[in-house]
Amino acid sequence: MREAIREAMREEMLRDQRVFLMGEDIGAYGGSYACTRGLLDEFGPERVRDTPISESGIVGAGVGAALAGFIPMVEIMTINFSLVALDQIVNNASKLHYMSGGQVNVPLVLRMASGGGSQLGATHSHSLEGMFAHFPGLTVVCPAFPGDAKGLLKRSFREPNPVVFIEHTALYGARGEVPDDPEHLVEFGQASMVRSGTDVTLVGYSGSVHQCYRAADMLSAEHGLTADVIDLRTIRPLDMSTVVSSVRRTNRAVVVEDDWKFGGFAGEIAAQIMERAFDWLDAPVARVAGKDVPMPYNRNLEYAALPSEEDVVEAVLAML
Amino acid sequence: MSVGQAIPTTVGEPPDGDLQQQFLYEMLLIRRFEEKCAEMYTRGKIRGFLHLYTGEEACAVGAINALRADDKIVTHYRDHGHALARGVEPNRIMAELFARVGGTNEGRGGSMHIFDVSRNFLGGYAIVAGHMPIATGLGLAANLSGEDWAALCIFGDGGVGEGEFHEALNLAAIWKLPVVWFCENNGYGMGVPFDDSLANDVYKIAASYQMPSVRIDGMDVLEVYSATQLALAHVREGNGPYFIEALTYRYRGHSMADPELYRTKAEVEEYRKRDAIERLKRSMIADGLLDETNYQALVARVDAEVDEAVAFADASPEPGLHTLYDHITKEYEGDAE
Repeated sequence: MREAIREAMREEMLRDQRVFLMGEDIGAYGGSYACTRGLLDEFGPERVRDTPISESGIVGAGVGAALAGFIPMVEIMTINFSLVALDQIVNNASKLHYMSGGQVNVPLVLRMASGGGSQLGATHSHSLEGMFAHFPGLTVVCPAFPGDAKGLLKRSFREPNPVVFIEHTALYGARGEVPDDPEHLVEFGQASMVRSGTDVTLVGYSGSVHQCYRAADMLSAEHGLTADVIDLRTIRPLDMSTVVSSVRRTNRAVVVEDDWKFGGFAGEIAAQIMERAFDWLDAPVARVAGKDVPMPYNRNLEYAALPSEEDVVEAVLAML
Repeated sequence: MSVGQAIPTTVGEPPDGDLQQQFLYEMLLIRRFEEKCAEMYTRGKIRGFLHLYTGEEACAVGAINALRADDKIVTHYRDHGHALARGVEPNRIMAELFARVGGTNEGRGGSMHIFDVSRNFLGGYAIVAGHMPIATGLGLAANLSGEDWAALCIFGDGGVGEGEFHEALNLAAIWKLPVVWFCENNGYGMGVPFDDSLANDVYKIAASYQMPSVRIDGMDVLEVYSATQLALAHVREGNGPYFIEALTYRYRGHSMADPELYRTKAEVEEYRKRDAIERLKRSMIADGLLDETNYQALVARVDAEVDEAVAFADASPEPGLHTLYDHITKEYEGDAE
């Protein structure tokens, strides 16, 4: 996965001189998840810019450079630190096109690593994808597979508006086919059906797609049930058509995400399924999500706080 | 260049008679425009928050006239004066305040968010100090593009206590960016006096980021102009950012909602004696650049323009409800290649 992300940035920098990267330790250190390793040597410190620990400052500087015609990518080391830069993301990046009556636009790519599961405790284990999806004006990309990550990130650099590109830390080592074609772009707002079945629709994004996939394996092996597994790929724009047409066939849906269930994005998907497929449902839409607690440090407690494939299977069996 | 002290900033010859005439005209235009805004607010034509700039005109006019057309400006929410000084049409600003389609932002921005990209006026920003990192980014873009335009960032003393002030100044300093930081210190962050807000003088705080930092009389348009010229020359030569603290005063409350319980009428009157418009008028008359007849003609011209702005705004239609979703994002049209 990290190579696919690196390759996308490299190709876009070669393609367009306006693209440059900045962030904490993305240069000599190579990025805290090694996504930018080698790029400093290839492109130099002007286009691969190490910054001080100053999230609001560097995101705001990205907004300013974007207003002046550049296409900056700002790497925020983890999504947890994006909370310090929310003023720039929410008040400036997402709103300036609208507020200015369409006079300015902000072609800014914000990359950040998300997710728990590494015993990093409550301040370093957030999954805030749904929070960003809440804001009109932002595009929120959450890839689950390396090939999609490359195509979506390349597409993000072509987007004339701010894109929040969120990478799950547990997926950096994921393997998969990655197209070499430098014009391979994955369009926003197009979910991908990664597995087909007839009994239930499992919906996820980012890391939770893999839980859905493993749950589908277990349902098939242990219970003789088959599932549609849908990878949303972007949660804003959101491809509900793919979800709704699947649910109209399977008549059951489980939405899976790492984020807290209370007020989370799974609730949005569940509500939209109800609005558009209520008469096809044989059971209430289920949500499998993070438990409503700050992330604990203890390994067993952390595991209990995160959704698992077993939780997904249990939710499916409960709705039969 | 000494750092961290109040140092003399006047450089070269004062601006010629024509330019002084222009300064006087622009300051009068801002004054009368703002007074008209207050009237329109009480008549319900302007809604929302309205922050007026009367008293501070010399800052906008002196600083912005020192810029080139390709220099870029970002400013705070008390922004009508800056837009007018940049040459944005009073008609379009008033129409924006009236929330009409003829406004600078088609009625989507309002008083605090005036934009005019055609004049490199990249916006008024209403979260205190939130635009300061943007100015850093503009400076970064100037450097990356290899061009010698500069960014002017105007903000108030209230912004100095915000973290984004410090992040923005630090980044601009370490990357040697062509940004002129222009602090309009009007003595109050809303109603809290400056002395209760900051542990040190503004220009001294800025100087600690290793950039030239000066404190000037922000009610003297000639001094503001001269100081900003000096600052721009410094940043264009690749020497990094430059900081100006201009001491000024706002005659009206923080916004139209402000009962002004935190200051006395006597204090306001004291500052009015130093009024920037009266001061320039007196010195121009003394220098033979103006007489009372010229001055009255200028006032009449300005008043006619402000009346015309109100008429234009009133005649401009409200945006149609079908445009509610316009401009959320710019349309992706595929690759430019």
